[in-house]
Amino acid sequence: MSLSLKNISKRVMGEDHLQDVTLTLTRGTVNVLLGPTLAGKTSLMRLMAGLDKSTAGTMSFDGHDITGLPVRKRSVAMVYQQFINYPTLSVFENIVSPLRVAGLSKAEIETRGQEAAALLRLTPYLQRTPLQLSGGQQQRTAIARALVKGADLVLMDEPLANLDYKLREELREELPRIFGATGSIFVYATTEPTEALLLGGHTATLWEGRVTQFGRTADIYRVPQDLITAKVLSDPPLNTVSVWKSGNTYRLPDGTQFETGRFAVPDGAYIFGFRAHHAALTESGLGHLNLSGHVAVSEITGSESYIHVDAATDRWVALARGVVKVDPGAPIRLSLDPKRLYLFSPAGVLVEAADAALAA
Amino acid sequence: MLTRRFVMGFYLVFLMLPIYWLINMSLKTNAEIISGYTLWPHTLTFANYIKIFTDSSWYSGYLNSLQYVAINTVLSISLALPAAYAFSRYRFLGDKHLFFWLLSNRMAPPAVFALPFFNLYSAIGLFDTPLAVALAHCLFNIPLAVWILEGFMSGVPKEIDETAYIDGYSFPRFFTKIFMPMIASGIGVSAFFCFMFSWVELLLARTLTSVDTKPIAATMTRTISAAGMDWGLLAAAGVLTMVPGAIVIWFVRNYIAKGFALGRV
Repeated sequence: MSLSLKNISKRVMGEDHLQDVTLTLTRGTVNVLLGPTLAGKTSLMRLMAGLDKSTAGTMSFDGHDITGLPVRKRSVAMVYQQFINYPTLSVFENIVSPLRVAGLSKAEIETRGQEAAALLRLTPYLQRTPLQLSGGQQQRTAIARALVKGADLVLMDEPLANLDYKLREELREELPRIFGATGSIFVYATTEPTEALLLGGHTATLWEGRVTQFGRTADIYRVPQDLITAKVLSDPPLNTVSVWKSGNTYRLPDGTQFETGRFAVPDGAYIFGFRAHHAALTESGLGHLNLSGHVAVSEITGSESYIHVDAATDRWVALARGVVKVDPGAPIRLSLDPKRLYLFSPAGVLVEAADAALAA
Repeated sequence: MLTRRFVMGFYLVFLMLPIYWLINMSLKTNAEIISGYTLWPHTLTFANYIKIFTDSSWYSGYLNSLQYVAINTVLSISLALPAAYAFSRYRFLGDKHLFFWLLSNRMAPPAVFALPFFNLYSAIGLFDTPLAVALAHCLFNIPLAVWILEGFMSGVPKEIDETAYIDGYSFPRFFTKIFMPMIASGIGVSAFFCFMFSWVELLLARTLTSVDTKPIAATMTRTISAAGMDWGLLAAAGVLTMVPGAIVIWFVRNYIAKGFALGRV
């Protein structure tokens, strides 16, 4: 019971929108498509829905080939980033529109429509038209329409991006619960790593039309296959510093040297990766990697402070608890536990991940 | 406040004066009209109106005009709807040029087409039928309707079409059940413009008809007789000619501005 995409490619006017995408999504799972804008999330969704045709590759559902099947013949529901409803119909008619087209009995339409409306807390507004609702309610109407159909594949293209943050948090919690119960394949596109991590389930990271990695969200967060995946699935993006290894000594671009016996790999050029919240602002710990640079900007959110650090060749972001006031231009040192370092080859392939227990 | 009222009042009087004078004349006798200057009818008469409503050579003019105007409006809108949808939703070779070319049809004066239409319709037996005039007016009305409707349709996000297909709508069902209600005001405005053009157009209508489908405007030009001009009758006919337009404009009054902006407000 699954949707499989095999070597799917999509070219538009000589430009690759998707390249060689192979994915298998199983029933009853939440699948997040994560990537920056123009990574190909929407293109991929439109192919899954059957709204566009792929240039190459095949798509099958439960073993049946559905590559060329038009959208009307597929069991699909979709929610867009913009709030798309039929403005001339009432909210109730909007929700049950797929059932009306399917020609269900009046009684069944009524029950299923009311059920979906209740689940999305739209019951008091059923007689209004969508334009008389708030943005959140409009999007809930669109979600209810996607739900009521009981489609095998539910696609959501950044459904919460146009909502204010309170509504987003609320709906983000509800969505996996609501759609988890239906047993359909749930696909959710987002640009935000936090959203992918909060939704759980599986994540496919997209970068320039390619799926860089697909797996359980927590797994690929802990052990990203390559630097791109690590950067896509990390907010702020994974910090990097290139090093030259000879023996147990690692030389940094600014000339400082650091010793650790952790990585048993041949000598040569490597890239260290580390997460913002693992960089401590205090020089502490024996055998820690000490990085030095100058403060570029500090952003204070209240409970946390993001310190952007300019170093010889890179810019890093460190996360400190509480309000940390540092002046731009001031020298600063970051301290890192070597156990929390990721090691990548210069090409960006993961050589060794941080210790699993400490990776988060 | 007083000045504003005065200016507004003066403006309205200025606007309404010719219309008032027409109504005024239509209620006078010819003798009074010719004899001199009277601000209101001193000898009130409805004889002019009664003549129009009882004399078939008069009222059939209205019926003929309404007939070809109605045929033209229905024809123009039903042909312009799919064309406008194609222009708003699909990219095809030369679409932009074709779209502009459509509008350029309106740049030629109708007189240019009078001769070819006359000859063509005579040859195929369409001459002096309502269909002849309706078809001739399509040349001007379909491009205009396509332009207006395209603007309204482009205001509807494409995602609504896709959502409907995902919901399982077939194209005809989506178009009639979902899409047309959404652009109802656009359809109303285009119909109004088609109506207006066809209703006031005189040259083609008169050239392409003779006896059976003589339009009202043509009838009105034939009131000069040996006995002189029948002023009162002509004025009454003029008043009645304004009525259908006034009725139609009442229905689309809220959308006219958007229509003039071709839906791109």
